[in-house]
Amino acid sequence: MLKSYKYNKQFNYLGGNNGMDASTLILYIVVLIFLFISFLKDRKKTREALLKAWKSFFMLLPPMLTVIFLLGFIVVFIPEKTIAAYIGETSGFLGFLISSLVGAVTLVPGFVAFPMAKMLLENGAGIAQMAVFISTLMMVGVVTAPLEASFFGWKATIGRNLMAYFYSFLVGYIVWMVVRI
Amino acid sequence: MDGGTNMKKLTWKSFQGFYILVVIGLVVYLFLPREGARVFHVVIDNILFMLGVIPPIFILVGLFDVWVPRERVTRHLGDRSGVKGTGISIALGALTAGPLYAAFPIAEVMLHKGTSLRNIFIFIGAWSTMKIPMLLFEIQNLGARFALTRYTMSFLGVFSIAYFLDKLLLVEDKKSIVEKLQ
Repeated sequence: MLKSYKYNKQFNYLGGNNGMDASTLILYIVVLIFLFISFLKDRKKTREALLKAWKSFFMLLPPMLTVIFLLGFIVVFIPEKTIAAYIGETSGFLGFLISSLVGAVTLVPGFVAFPMAKMLLENGAGIAQMAVFISTLMMVGVVTAPLEASFFGWKATIGRNLMAYFYSFLVGYIVWMVVRI
Repeated sequence: MDGGTNMKKLTWKSFQGFYILVVIGLVVYLFLPREGARVFHVVIDNILFMLGVIPPIFILVGLFDVWVPRERVTRHLGDRSGVKGTGISIALGALTAGPLYAAFPIAEVMLHKGTSLRNIFIFIGAWSTMKIPMLLFEIQNLGARFALTRYTMSFLGVFSIAYFLDKLLLVEDKKSIVEKLQ
């Protein structure tokens, strides 16, 4: 029988949702109110905003579809046990090292990283490890370091990135603790 | 440190990776129907989920973009010092859209107006980790506890990193940064 992809206990625990729940509905309502106010104040600007929204959405589609598909293969073909061994709750130092390095080196837009982390969490990854991944992804940029250095110099760039890298472990730990409470 | 969308042109080629994966998926389905079906099941489920939660978030991005008076705020930043300047730096980083490299020109203007280097670092930090639409999307995906805790931690991190960075840099370092940015 076709097994629908499951929500493991840990994910339920997180309170992540599966589609249109109350918080999504509230978000829709609030945004529609904003949109309405904006429309009353300035039609042209509102049209601009919607156009911008549409463009940003379209820009995001290719990487998002690709990453969701890649993750689809990963979670189906790599056993949950294996995922858990590398980046799971009990993966220890190795898990933190892997998730932090991937986060520091890769250039994944935040909007793509969240679905990625969601799919991994549903299939064996640990909460702390995913928080470390997202945190390093956003705060540490190995690839963008030269660009950053061209503005702020190497001393500030290396200092900032190193501090952000180590701080991310604290973020992972605290997020893990709070989610467990 | 990548905050969002690239400004390159979108063509059918942009979807190449996706098409290739669809074909691979179909091939897998031919040879391993069970696994192939599961792949498509997971993928379709997640795409539908994203399509369900994304529209309001991107409309918010668009609304912030047209209504947050970026230029006017930066113009006035110089006169405000201390807490107020820091607050404005954060708000500007959290409410505006765009990738990190779009933040650098704004940082440049801020520096011209006399914003302290510490506030510039806070602005860059807020821009990369504290975007409100991003937070909403994170809540949808990973739950409120995870997202809000991480957001709070980012907030504290942005502050402490800016503080220590300010301490780490010598006067000469700062001078050369300011010169470079101007």
